[in-house]
Order: sequence, then C-alpha cells, then structure tokens
Amino acid sequence: MLKYIGKRLLYILFSLFLIITATFFLMRAAPGGPFSGEKKLPPEIEKNLNEYYGLDRPWYSQYADYLGSVARWDFGPSFKYKGQTVNDMINNGFPVSFYLGMEALIFAVVFGILLGIIAALNHNKWKDYTAMVIAVLGISVPSFIMASLLQYIFAIKLHWLPVARWESFAHTILPALALGATPMAFIARLTRSSMLEVLANDYIRTAKAKGLSQLVITVKHAVRNALLPVVTYLGPLSAGILTGSFIIEKIFGIPGLGSHFVLSISNRDYTVIMGVTVFYSIILLTSVLLVDIAYGFIDPRIKLAGGKKGE
Amino acid sequence: MEKILDVKNLQVHFKTYGGEVQAVRDVSFHLNKGETLAIVGESGSGKSVTAQTIMRLIPQPPGMIKNGQIMFDGYDITKKSDKDMEHIRGKDIGMIFQDPMTSLNPTMRIGHQITEVLIKHLKVERSAANERAIELLRLVGIPMPEKRVKQYPHEFSGGMRQRAMIAVALASNPKLLIADEPTTALDVTIQAQILELMKDIQKKMGTSIIFITHDLGVVANVADRVAVMYAGKIIETGTVDEIFYDPRHPYTWGLLASMPSLDSDEKVELTAIPGSPPDLTNPPKGDAFAPRNPYAMKIDFEQEPPLFKISDTHYASTWLLHPDSPKVEPPEAVQKRIKKLSSNYSKPVLSKEGE
Amino acid sequence: MQQIPKEMFQPAAADHGEAERISKPSLSFWKDVFMRFRKNHLAMFGLVLLVILVLFAIFGPHMTKFDYRSNDYMNTNKPPSGTHWFGTDELGRDLFTRVWYGARISLFIGLAAALIDLFIGVLWGGIAGYRGGKTDDIMMRIADILWGVPYLLLVILLMVILDQGLGTMILAMTITGWINMSRIVRGEVLGLKNQEYVLAAQTLGAKTSRIMARHLIPNAMGPILVTMTLTIPSAIFTEAFLSYLGLGVPAPLASWGTMASDGVQALQYYPWRLFFPATFICLTIFAFNVVGDGMRDALDPRLRK
Repeated sequence: MLKYIGKRLLYILFSLFLIITATFFLMRAAPGGPFSGEKKLPPEIEKNLNEYYGLDRPWYSQYADYLGSVARWDFGPSFKYKGQTVNDMINNGFPVSFYLGMEALIFAVVFGILLGIIAALNHNKWKDYTAMVIAVLGISVPSFIMASLLQYIFAIKLHWLPVARWESFAHTILPALALGATPMAFIARLTRSSMLEVLANDYIRTAKAKGLSQLVITVKHAVRNALLPVVTYLGPLSAGILTGSFIIEKIFGIPGLGSHFVLSISNRDYTVIMGVTVFYSIILLTSVLLVDIAYGFIDPRIKLAGGKKGE
Repeated sequence: MEKILDVKNLQVHFKTYGGEVQAVRDVSFHLNKGETLAIVGESGSGKSVTAQTIMRLIPQPPGMIKNGQIMFDGYDITKKSDKDMEHIRGKDIGMIFQDPMTSLNPTMRIGHQITEVLIKHLKVERSAANERAIELLRLVGIPMPEKRVKQYPHEFSGGMRQRAMIAVALASNPKLLIADEPTTALDVTIQAQILELMKDIQKKMGTSIIFITHDLGVVANVADRVAVMYAGKIIETGTVDEIFYDPRHPYTWGLLASMPSLDSDEKVELTAIPGSPPDLTNPPKGDAFAPRNPYAMKIDFEQEPPLFKISDTHYASTWLLHPDSPKVEPPEAVQKRIKKLSSNYSKPVLSKEGE
Repeated sequence: MQQIPKEMFQPAAADHGEAERISKPSLSFWKDVFMRFRKNHLAMFGLVLLVILVLFAIFGPHMTKFDYRSNDYMNTNKPPSGTHWFGTDELGRDLFTRVWYGARISLFIGLAAALIDLFIGVLWGGIAGYRGGKTDDIMMRIADILWGVPYLLLVILLMVILDQGLGTMILAMTITGWINMSRIVRGEVLGLKNQEYVLAAQTLGAKTSRIMARHLIPNAMGPILVTMTLTIPSAIFTEAFLSYLGLGVPAPLASWGTMASDGVQALQYYPWRLFFPATFICLTIFAFNVVGDGMRDALDPRLRK
C-alpha cells in the first residue's frame, strides 16, 4: 500500500516537473515580453521592471528560481495587476470555484447514477432510449452554449433565478447545473454500460436463484459493483469540472479562480497563466491519486501493493 | 413413490437473429422424493436450459416456454408469477452453478451471501442468521467457519467457493437442489470431494437433487436415475444400472464407449462419436442423432422414433428397439459391461402417452 | 402399432458430410456487425444525420449568392428571411453561408485530429504492444506521464503561446490526444499477437511490418474505428471551447465555435446568431457520439447472441 502510494507520488512529481518546465519555457518562448502590451513603456521603466522581476538574468537562473519558488508554494506576482500575487488570486478565487465545483459534482453524480441505473434496468426499452438521448445530448452541448441558454431562459426571460454574480444559494444553481451537465451525462453513460456488464454476470443469476427481488438484486448486488468504475471516473471528472469552470465563471460573473485564469489568458498575464496551470495540475493529479486510493478501499479485490486486480 | 417434480412435454425456444432455437423439444421426466436424477448430455443438448427453466431463470425474452408444464410440489411452475417465483427460488429450490469463480458476488462477504437467503426466506434475525451461516459452512466442510464468513470470495479457493455456493443453495433447506455442472470447473481431486459432500448432504437432509453434467463418470457416483439428453430431447432414461449395464440407445453407447474406465483390465479402445450435434434452429427430420449414428437405418432419416419401454423404469427412443429392425451389436467397449437385468420385460414395448 | 415398410429398417449409411453441414447462413464478421448496427435506430439516425451534414458542408456555401467573408453594412443582424435563410451577423455576413463554411472548418479540425491521433497512436501502441518487454515499458511510461498532463490546460497553454490558426489548434489537440488511441491499439495487439494465426505467420517468416499491417491492425480495427469516431466530436467540442476563450481560429475564418461564441454575446437581441451554429455543433457531436456508441455495441461480442 505505502509502496504503491510512494510510486504514484513519484510519478506525480515527475509529471509536475514536466508541466512546470514546459510552462516555463513555453512562456519564455511566447512572442513579446510581458510588458510589451498595448501601451509602449519608456525603455527605462521597462528595464527597471525587468530588473525588478528578475527578467534580466540568464534563463537557467530564472528557471531555477521558479522551480524553487513553486516548491515553496510561491507562484510570484501578477504582471498585469500591480500588488497582486498569484497566490492572492488562488487564495481568493479557489474557495469560490471549489464551492461551485462541489455543487456541480454532487448534482452530476447523483443524477448521472440515477439516470444510468434507470437506463440499464430498462435495457432497450423506451426509458433506456430516453435516458440515453438525454445523456448524449448532455455530452453534445458545449458548456458555454448550455450556460448561455440556461441563463437566457431561466434568468433573463423567466426571471426565476438571478442572472449572474455570486451572492446567495440561488446564484449558484444555474452555474452548477451548467457545469454539471456534461459530467452528469458521462456518468450516466458509464453507469449504464457498467450496470449492463454487471447484470450479465453469473452472480446476478445466483442472486436471482436465491429468490431475491429485482429491487434487492439491483441495489445490493448490481449497483454496488457497477459503481466501482464510476468511482475511477471521479478523477477525470474533477478535471472536467475544473476546466469547465473557466467558461461558466466568466458567463455568470463569478469571482472564482477560473475567471481569473480566463482573464489572464486574454491579458497574456504570463505569471498568472503559469501559476494557475501549475496549481490546477497539482489539484488534478492529487485528486486522481486520492480517487485511486479510495478505490482500493472500496473494492475488496484490489490489493494496492500490486496495483492489480486479484484473479 | 412420491414425485417431487414432474416435467411434462416441456418446450423452450430462444429467439435469435439467426432464427428461433428450439433448445428443449418436448421433454418429460420426473423426480422422486429423496432421489438424485442425473441429466447427461454434451454442451448444447438443452440440459442446462431445462434446469434453468425449472427455476424460471431463463431470460424472457429471448427465451420462452412454448409448451408443457412443470409440476413441483403440487403446483405448475410455468404458471407462477414472477413475484411467486421469488418465494420458490432459494426457498423450495436451491441451485448450484458451474463456475464457482463467477457465481459468487466478488464484493460481498461470504457470510452475507448466505444470511441474505436466511433473512429473506426464513425471516430470522441477523444474529441468528450469522450463527446459521457458520453452521452451514461447517456442514459443507469449510474449516474455521467463524473466520471464513467474514472473508470475500477471492480469499477462497475454487473448491472452497463451490462449497460456499452449496451452503448458499442449502441455506433454507430446499426440497429440491439443482446442481448445474457443479464439478466441471474444478480439479479432479476437488471434484470427488464435492460429489462426496453432495451425497453426504442428501443423506443428512433428504434433499432431492437434479444433477446436470456432461460427464458420465460423475453420474455413476451420485445418481439414482439417469436421463440422457441429445439435441433438446431425452433419448434414454433409466436407473444407473440400466444405463450403465444395459444401454439401448446408440447415442448412450457412444457416450459409454468414449468414457475411459479404470476397472476393466482389458485394453478396449476408446471410440469417439463422429460429427457434431445438429443446429437446433432447424432440427433435422427424423431422429436428430441419425447423421452421426453408425447404426442408422432409412427410417431414422424419415420419422422420429417413438419411446420404447424396456422395463418399468427404462425408456429409450430409438428405432433399433422396433421388432422389425435388424439385430445390431453395440460397440466393443459397451458389450464388455452389458449385464442381464432381471427387471427387463421379455421384449421392449411401445410406451403409451402419459406414462 | 402403425405399419412401417420393412425396407425402412435397412441400414442407411450415415452421411457425415450431412452432419457437418451448417444450416444457418454464416455471416462474415463485418456483415454481422453491420446487421447489428442497422438494428440500432439511434445509430442509424446519427449516420444519416452525418451524411446530410457532410453534404451540406460540401455544397451549402455554394447554395447562396453570398460569400462567407463579404460584409454588408446595410443588412446587419437581420433575422432569417427569404434572402438570408439563417439571417446575418453584426457585419451583415450571410449566416447560412458562414454556417456551412464553418462546418467545413469544424469537421476538418475533427477529422484531422482523429487521423493524426490514429497515425501516431497506431504506430506507438502497435510497436509497444508488438515488441513488448522493455520497449513496451518505456513507451507506455512516456505515455503515462504525458497522460498526467491536464489536456485542456496544455491545449490552452499552446494556443496562448503559438500563433493562432488551424494548424496550431490541431497540433495542440493531438499533442496528447494520441495517447488514448495508442493505449487501445497496444491492448489489442497484446491480446492478438499470441493468437495462433499470428504465430503461424511468424513461423512462416513474415516480416514484422507485414504481420502488423496484415494481421494485427485489421483485427484491432473495430476498437480503433470506435475511438476515431469518438475523437472527432471531442475535437469539435474542444474547438468550440477554445473559441469561447478567444483562442479560436482568427477572423475572417468562421468555425462553428467562433460563430457560436459570437452568438452568445448577441443572444439577448439576435438569438438566431447563436441558434444556428449551436444547433449544428450539437447535432454533429450528437451524431458522431451515437454512431460511435452504435459501432461499439455492434462490435461487442459479449452482446452477440
């Protein structure tokens, strides 16, 4: 178990190192310096700024500096917003994004699993088709279109919910729905196919031969086993919700990390792009690891030491 | 003798893309209380479908019971609702499946898989059910049952899993136990142990057993009576002695001749049955075995043979028993074992409907 | 007892040829797959939809007298009408022409990404799976590490840094996109390479490249096709996402993504500007998804009855 986690951590560190290195050099290779913006700065000021941010030093020293500061959890200052550091942005923005993400995640998991189970139990009947058409539609509508439509219909036309901003629970409903729609559809499809696979297993026949009712068979024998692969999907799922939040937060004017990130992209605020990318990568890789470890605890067949399924 | 199970003219079909497969074609047999009936046949002969139909476990659709009745304990199983079946399955009829590796739920503790049956059918408390589960595991010969109930299937070996499976099937003391190839997936040494266990349990609990297998060698050990199935039909049925020492159907001859035996000193060559079973979407005219039958006569390709009665308990469906047919000698390996049985009639008579 | 003529009891030679005769018409693998696919109404609907969409992408831009890039300041933001079937945008450009022109670009991005993924993935996964051992270990370790890099973040990063354009976008999408394909191909090849017919080909001295091309890849074709079919919609999806972040193909090029993200801005007053591109994005992704699902179901031997 410990050996397995250690090995995985090593992988993650290596991936992170690659990501940090890649972002660092990509950003350096980017056309134009961070201050060659719209307004032309006087040469002295630009020189001073370069000195201040250490941009006049050779690349290897900058690179080593950056690696060191990331290791100390310091992502440096923003180039565009004076006095703001990337850490400030993360500290202010991430809790908001986290709250929104959790809400979307709960929505996606609960409804996705329900939809998938209903579809599988009614395999090749109209309920199955309806559930799957809903799910495929969920996958087919890009989130910004989904979000705009939800906003347009429920806030602008029907006035049921607030249009934007981040103030009360009512403000969170539409963004959470828009953010959770695609993952919900994925979970529904995954649950369905996994349920169908489980239902074809011999032990389901055994359960039937025991005289258990359809409901008990479904809940106790099928769903439990069918949900195991769904748990592994929670890792990539958090990635989907994270990247989805860029767009959703922008559309609904939510002051989360995602909207900072999008703003920094259009501003070409390189340190912020770098810092947030690295931060997101850490979050993602850790959540994938956590999911895998959790999976080992849920499924009695898996011994994490070997990292392989038993028999 | 009291019949616990009486199957009459059972017909089961499956709808597939290629057409309707006639998996079970007009099968009739019965099982007496406390007796073991072995149903023998190669894969695809319809023996497993027959067994699963008794439990009403065939998926419908694509499967369907076209005709026939299954009288169990005084009522017709084919007429029962799905809800009623829940109270028969696991309670009155227990079932053991072929593959113990896949037939137990991998993520549920063994104990729980047993207590589940007890709580559902016997309405006992959880603690009492746990006690009983330990007792059952001990009964089926699992050492340290107190520890084993808390384990998962993957912590059990194949033979142990099949023992656990038997404990599950026996949990609510069923009147009928259906064992669908229970030893096929096991090593030979383990096979013998499981067979011994089943005989032992039958002695203790008086359960009636239907034993499905493709292995005649297993049959001699456990069964009182044998039914041989071919292409969805029962072609010969009789007591173990009648089938082993006085077989009449050429297919049964074929099965016996292809079975290695240790007790004969003489070297008798094993013979294989040529060809393969017919496609049951489109069963051949006449006797389904005719194309593989070295003794086939013209009539075998024209008309289905009727059922002949050789003794009170021995029936076979082959034209060779017809008075007009030429006298033929069974293969050498079979001749060696033939004994004169005193219960036989002077000559086979045509069986009448309903017997 | 009914009378049966005596000669009927003459021995008849059992015709073993007869016993071996297969009375069910045998279906070739792909024919069988196609039959099952055809029974899937949703997948067939998706296929028809795709054919129509592709036909419109080819002929649509030529069906009007308008050009996708010429402005008409007298007719800005006009709703759908007899002249402008899908209306016009803020520069008075005909949306019908632009939508089908955009279809070409969006479909091209999807197809190009799928083909590049296919090429690299089959090569990488095929070699790793076939060589096995150390080679496999190293190649798959590399893939694993790249897999750990969050896909969209990497794409965004590349799009920020490199010049915006079609080529960049496809490059950004495929830089880690091929990993999925390579894993699938590797899995298939690993399973297939120990099959007797491959061993037989090896024994007969067939070259590795020949074994790969003639024996392994064709037999892994099913999962490869399914993966390709499902890559296309995800590429179209990513394109729309990037367009919304302002990282799409530069004007005056029109992709569905850029049109839809322009349309979102104007949703409140000119809803048709979102409606048409959005509908076609969704329809296309939907169609590819159901076709891919249908293919997977049709290929899955476990569902074979």
